[in-house]
Amino acid sequence: MEQLFNFSVITDNFTYFMIGRFPHGPLGGVGLTLYLAVVSCILSFFGGMILGLLSISRFPFVRYPALAFINLVRGMPLLMVIFWMYFLMPALFGKIAENNTVIMALTLFTSAYMSRIVVAGIEGIPKGQTEAAISTGLKSWQVMLYIVLPQGLRNMIPSFVNQFVSLIKDTSLAFIVGVSELTHVATQINNRTMAFPTEIFIFIAIIYFILCYAFTSLSRWLEQRLSWNKAI
Amino acid sequence: MLNYTFDWSIITSGKYFDWLVSGLITTLKLSTVSIILAFILGLIIAVMRMAHSKPVRWFAHAYLEFFRNTPLLVQIFFWYFGSYKILPTVINDWLVSTNFEFAAAAIALTIYTSAFIAEDIRSGVLSIPKEQMEAARSAGFSYLRAMQYIILPQAVRITIPPLVNQFLNLAKNSSLAMTIGVMEMTYQARQVESYTFKGFEAFTAATVVYLVLSIVITALVNTYNEKVLNLHKAT
Repeated sequence: MEQLFNFSVITDNFTYFMIGRFPHGPLGGVGLTLYLAVVSCILSFFGGMILGLLSISRFPFVRYPALAFINLVRGMPLLMVIFWMYFLMPALFGKIAENNTVIMALTLFTSAYMSRIVVAGIEGIPKGQTEAAISTGLKSWQVMLYIVLPQGLRNMIPSFVNQFVSLIKDTSLAFIVGVSELTHVATQINNRTMAFPTEIFIFIAIIYFILCYAFTSLSRWLEQRLSWNKAI
Repeated sequence: MLNYTFDWSIITSGKYFDWLVSGLITTLKLSTVSIILAFILGLIIAVMRMAHSKPVRWFAHAYLEFFRNTPLLVQIFFWYFGSYKILPTVINDWLVSTNFEFAAAAIALTIYTSAFIAEDIRSGVLSIPKEQMEAARSAGFSYLRAMQYIILPQAVRITIPPLVNQFLNLAKNSSLAMTIGVMEMTYQARQVESYTFKGFEAFTAATVVYLVLSIVITALVNTYNEKVLNLHKAT
């Protein structure tokens, strides 16, 4: 029987899949995927925190614009956000590297989702905590910063990790604006070799799966551990 | 930005308007076909996930984890570029003779979404008290028939809101089909942009369409939650 699959295309290009032309050229492949995901995750952690706090502000003129923005972004496909960034940013600020365009789009998109996690985490803290803190004489921003957020953040950790998993998957869309992360590298190699699309896409699906599954498992483990600690 | 002149007339009438409308229709068609298939597939996977036989349960679990933890874009590329080596020739020929881009996108969206729907259905089923199943079994129903007549009809009622949200996700996810040349909403917006250089107008139009879709669907879900599910609790 003729051999159905030929995985030599993977072994031949393995380094290229992993880090692109890194030591001699720009980072690519899995390395760039992780870079995009990690940087966007850190930025959208702060973005989500700010948006989340604004969206539960006491002042309507702060709350409503924040809510409108969050719902606007959540109502759009990520691809649309990337296109907006890709066409809007150069018009506003001149030329920007594609990597940064994608990081900004991912950050904007993920911040909107993270803000919901932050709000849920804050609302999960019993009201008595806030009341006790206010009666000890703390100002409302101090209550938030020293009492509510530190406890709320702990409950948010598993959801943050899940969001990071979504981010790893979402970085594949960077392909559309020509950022050479894993999916883009795969289509490049596919176009060059022509004959092994099945092998290539199965391989990168497995790579993504390993990355995402590791973090999904981590999030489950954290969820159990943190809730166990809470019960004590 | 400062020397950009807006020209909304290009997207409100004429050729480009027709393009955008046809894009919207394709998006809705793709989402509707996929959600129906994904619901059926998701139902099957959910029942397998709760089956007694270990291999069946394990298979369903592996299916869920694999398709939930790989990017949709990669799955679309796999079905579009790479599926010919694993599919039988008959199916391949049939797929190629139809609109292959659409079919590949629909298959990828169906399988990706079915994994999420299966989990929604499972949590719906788990919310039904165990006694229901025990009562059905002692009344002589087989496991599958008990699922079919007793458990699933109740579970689906609770599962409708998450399912409708999955439809919304699907409609947004279907924008990825543009990468393999399905002429849906985002593709057409991009197309209008490249023909006219009026990117702001074209993307605004597409964004508004997605927003209206999401606002309408969210409102429907909220109404259902208030009217139907609360009513259910009260009785």
